[in-house]
Amino acid sequence: MKKIFGKSRLWLNKPQPYCPGCGHGLVHRIVCELLEEMGLADNCVFMAPVGCSILAYSFLDLDVCQPAHGRTPAAATGVKRARPDTFVVCYQGDGDLAAIGTAEIIHAANRGENFTTIFVNNAVYGMTGGQMAPTTLLGQKTETSPEGRSLSAGMGHPIRVCELLQSLGGVAYLARTSVHTPGNVIKAKKAMKKAFEIQMAGKGFSLVEVLSPCPVNWKLLPQEALAYIENNMIPYYPLGEFKTP
Amino acid sequence: MAERVLMKGNEVIGEAAIRAGLTCYFGYPITPQNELTAYMAKHMLAKGRTFIQAESEIAAINMVYGASSAGARAMTSSSSPGISLKQEGISYLVGAQLPAVIVNIVRGGPGLGNISVSQSDYFQSVKGGGHGDYRMVVYAPSNLQEAADLTVKAFDTADAYRNPVLVLGDAILGQMMEPVVFKDIAHRTFDKSWTLGGKRNGRPANLVNSLSLEEGVIENWNWEFRLKYESMKKNELMFETLYCDDADLIIVAFGTTARICKAVVARARAQGLKVGLVRPITVWPFPYKALNDIGRKTGEFLVVEMNLGQMIEDVRLALPDACRIHFHGRPGGGVPEERDIFEIIDHVLVKNKKGAITTRGTFINWEIS
Repeated sequence: MKKIFGKSRLWLNKPQPYCPGCGHGLVHRIVCELLEEMGLADNCVFMAPVGCSILAYSFLDLDVCQPAHGRTPAAATGVKRARPDTFVVCYQGDGDLAAIGTAEIIHAANRGENFTTIFVNNAVYGMTGGQMAPTTLLGQKTETSPEGRSLSAGMGHPIRVCELLQSLGGVAYLARTSVHTPGNVIKAKKAMKKAFEIQMAGKGFSLVEVLSPCPVNWKLLPQEALAYIENNMIPYYPLGEFKTP
Repeated sequence: MAERVLMKGNEVIGEAAIRAGLTCYFGYPITPQNELTAYMAKHMLAKGRTFIQAESEIAAINMVYGASSAGARAMTSSSSPGISLKQEGISYLVGAQLPAVIVNIVRGGPGLGNISVSQSDYFQSVKGGGHGDYRMVVYAPSNLQEAADLTVKAFDTADAYRNPVLVLGDAILGQMMEPVVFKDIAHRTFDKSWTLGGKRNGRPANLVNSLSLEEGVIENWNWEFRLKYESMKKNELMFETLYCDDADLIIVAFGTTARICKAVVARARAQGLKVGLVRPITVWPFPYKALNDIGRKTGEFLVVEMNLGQMIEDVRLALPDACRIHFHGRPGGGVPEERDIFEIIDHVLVKNKKGAITTRGTFINWEIS
């Protein structure tokens, strides 16, 4: 029988750390497929964050750098400046990028560092067990917002990262995508391909945000988690391109 | 023959690093090390090398982490409060086995302190300021020629052990001008097959990482790292001794303070007082054994530091119990004065400890308490 689909050879047959229904697998798949299709795997340095995807080094057949929590954009700056011939992909979650690493992402973007950040927004700290993230929606219940994220309780507003970075001069490409439906997975892949091409052309900083389900920490069934993205996240985090070269 | 040039300390360290093959420098403004960052901005960029004024000291040390991962000779510099911010990054450099050079032009603390000279970061430098069990070689130059030579050496030491190395200066060293000679450098090559740059040409993927959740792995790494630390102790220890063979009292001091103490030793010797000096050049590794040997022949020791008494704990650890240790310290930006140090020598060797010294910062027969 003719094989018409297989997983990327960059994704090794090793134990996966992700929970059932998690979106990271879809995002990894897109990244691996693109690196393979675009012939970038052999000069790629993959920057793994502190978060659920920290163990990416154990199952991706790529050079991997694993920096401190939130400092991925700074470390990626170091890698890319030291070796401009490498293709650098940063993979960051919302706690890593939009809380502890806010300064680093803003300034790497503003300097126009020529790497691509895949920003996985699942509105919660996953690895540590479901605490409130900077992207947690108002009213959303987490371990550290048990009654729901509340403005009156001083928990602040959910941060829209694409909109925040939009004004910065060094940013070449910004898009927000989702992986909650097959159609959106295809769109996410297209956006990441564009971002990768921008890095290859040396045009500066590119970031693709991906709304991604975390059913375990959202305390929802996988199907309900997909609906949560459609009904709750997308109205606050609109999809689309925010900046193009 | 290399030329003698008159330069400021901060610039000497910058020039030495450039000559040592530094390709990536990351800094952030803080007094009293600003001339170093400014020197790098001018000269690294002119040479087509990487200079970034980072958004913070934290970002700068993590840029070092990335650049070193990719095989570059990388450095960052700062002063005490900024070095505190870099401690997490230094721990990660050790954990991921990354070579790097960090320069601390120490100023007065704690807190924001002041911009005057100090040695109050001794504990932070030699006992592990960041989390986890770790060690790193710490060079404490005492003049600008030594600052130049040790900065060059720091890069090789970092590469040889795949471990960060600290150059521990101070505000006087950073700000003063002296003639220096930049000696010819014998460039060594180091194995860089572990670095990141893409698994091109079919090599297996490389990993720069300090994490493992598997049982026993991190414990094993620590035991392997210990072998490096033991090797550093054996091979990288540097210290200077002066008139220790016949001394009745030996001063122990490092860096700028040792320089002041050398003037005191000269004055004492001119008056027929048998005073010697031990100057650790690496404050880690520390010359425990050498001090112990010297302590078997000499009973009186005087530790002088620009702090409340930090290295003195290592001196106490090194010396035989019978040795008496006196201390003179100036914390928070104060500088020890020759006369205050000499007063102690006079008290111990001439007055046989009769009477009392009321000078602030002087402690006769200092004891761990």
